[in-house]
Amino acid sequence: MGKRVAIVGFGQTYQRSSRKDVNGVELINEAVVTALAEAELTIRDIDAIVIGNMDHFEGINYVDMWSAEGSGAVMKPVIKVCTGGTTGTTVAMCAYYHVASGMFDRVLAIGWEKNSESDTTGAIITAFHPVWERPTLGGAVAGLAIEASKYMHNYGATERDGARVAVRERLHALNNPYAHLHQEWMKGIPPEKLVDLIVGSEQNAMLAYPLRMSDMCPRTDGAAAVIFAAEGKAEKIAPVPAWVHATANRHNFVYAGDVDMDRNTTIAEAAKAVFKKAKIKEPLKEIDVCELYLPYSYAGLKWIEDIGFCAYGEGPRLLWDGVTDMDGELPINPSGGVMSSNAIGATALIRVGEAALQVMGKAGARQVKGGDVNFAFATGFGGCYWGDIMLLGKKKPA
Amino acid sequence: MNDKKREDVELLSISSGEASQPFNWSVGKHGSLFLQQLRDSKKIVGIKCPGCQRVYVPPRPVCGHCFKGLTLDDIIPVSDEGTVYVCTIVQFGFVDPSTGVQRPVPYTWAFVKLDGADTCLTHFLDSTDPEKVKVGARVKAVFEEKRTGNLMDIKHFKVL
Repeated sequence: MGKRVAIVGFGQTYQRSSRKDVNGVELINEAVVTALAEAELTIRDIDAIVIGNMDHFEGINYVDMWSAEGSGAVMKPVIKVCTGGTTGTTVAMCAYYHVASGMFDRVLAIGWEKNSESDTTGAIITAFHPVWERPTLGGAVAGLAIEASKYMHNYGATERDGARVAVRERLHALNNPYAHLHQEWMKGIPPEKLVDLIVGSEQNAMLAYPLRMSDMCPRTDGAAAVIFAAEGKAEKIAPVPAWVHATANRHNFVYAGDVDMDRNTTIAEAAKAVFKKAKIKEPLKEIDVCELYLPYSYAGLKWIEDIGFCAYGEGPRLLWDGVTDMDGELPINPSGGVMSSNAIGATALIRVGEAALQVMGKAGARQVKGGDVNFAFATGFGGCYWGDIMLLGKKKPA
Repeated sequence: MNDKKREDVELLSISSGEASQPFNWSVGKHGSLFLQQLRDSKKIVGIKCPGCQRVYVPPRPVCGHCFKGLTLDDIIPVSDEGTVYVCTIVQFGFVDPSTGVQRPVPYTWAFVKLDGADTCLTHFLDSTDPEKVKVGARVKAVFEEKRTGNLMDIKHFKVL
């Protein structure tokens, strides 16, 4: 099992569509300085660094070395981990493994992206096979649209169901000063009415059927940093550390044409592994809050089924019953989620950091359950249908 | 320099300009055989894993599920007709990074499961009519007159 490990600090930049005032190294430095201040540590306390982004999206190779001054990596062990959309959770898992190994006491995990500097759709296409896939691929939007269209075909879900997810994410973001999208016009309007407005809007352009602008995540500049510490050290740093209870990832994709569009098998298998490790029998009851990597709306209907929070086809019911709203039984994405901010390399790490804030009782206006949070469930997702999960808890693992 | 001058700094960006990085990817024996068959015979082949019996299109050297090497002897023909597993009509314009040119929209991107195959080829359909392009539609490969040994020797799949 290794040593027990907890998150003791989380820092993030304000996520915006374009941070012209900083270069990438400065953006990284902002998140690192914030995280260290939160944990009342200095860079001298950090034993190793793990850093990641979407490889080459900013047109820079060797980002680990390029950013060493900003990340604090000068004369420290540093490892770059880039796994696409799952980068942030993979970075978190890698940092966790460093500490769990017993060889490092305090490790800094950093995720970042300056989407404003790149052609995101073009860059995403280069993640796919140059011979078999690139000639026809329509970027991330098309890749997600096909899953949505299969889900609607299989279960009769509608555009309104997808829009109900988008409404939840964007309403939650209003409580999060760090989120990119703040759609103030939504304040005070009931969710059902917001769905009517969104589905009926002519300005809401169709991108790739059935996905419209409202169903997609934005392109964002941002960085995040999370500090992991070993048992014996964590308790001295944070009054309420967020303990890592279980983590798993599954990557089974080769070509897009291999992917099972009926079942997100990677997140399903990763969830089974996590629930088994943490001895969770009834996920909906036993998990208190989720920060799920949902890059588009219909994922919020389908992947909660794949994870096992409800039966297949039941996702829309959980949404419409308010189960996943701030005051529901299982609030999802109190931060506003990926649909409100997507600085890709940071995004999955922010899920982990936000989940940690919920456990630590430090989530401010977006805190759920009055701070009475035992288990917080964070996921990452990659465009090749990869799935990462990290389960955090208030109690030290057995 | 006084503080007022510091605040006036204009925030600049530097463009990467017209530079592009060329690549030359080796397709490998299995993929090359597939492309040769498209170019020379307008035929489509797959590869069957002797372990799990899955038929992969296009053919590949290793079965990921079994972690088993697949030889050219495992290559089998598959039909040029199949079924749409899933598809979407892409409507937003974007620049294709392989050509530097905006891909013309709308176009239909489809996962086609050819008869005899267990995996899908991702390709275009000849129609963007939502009544025709749907899960389960039957389609048939249409080949280009001039073929070069490229996936796009198949021009698109025609909805039958």
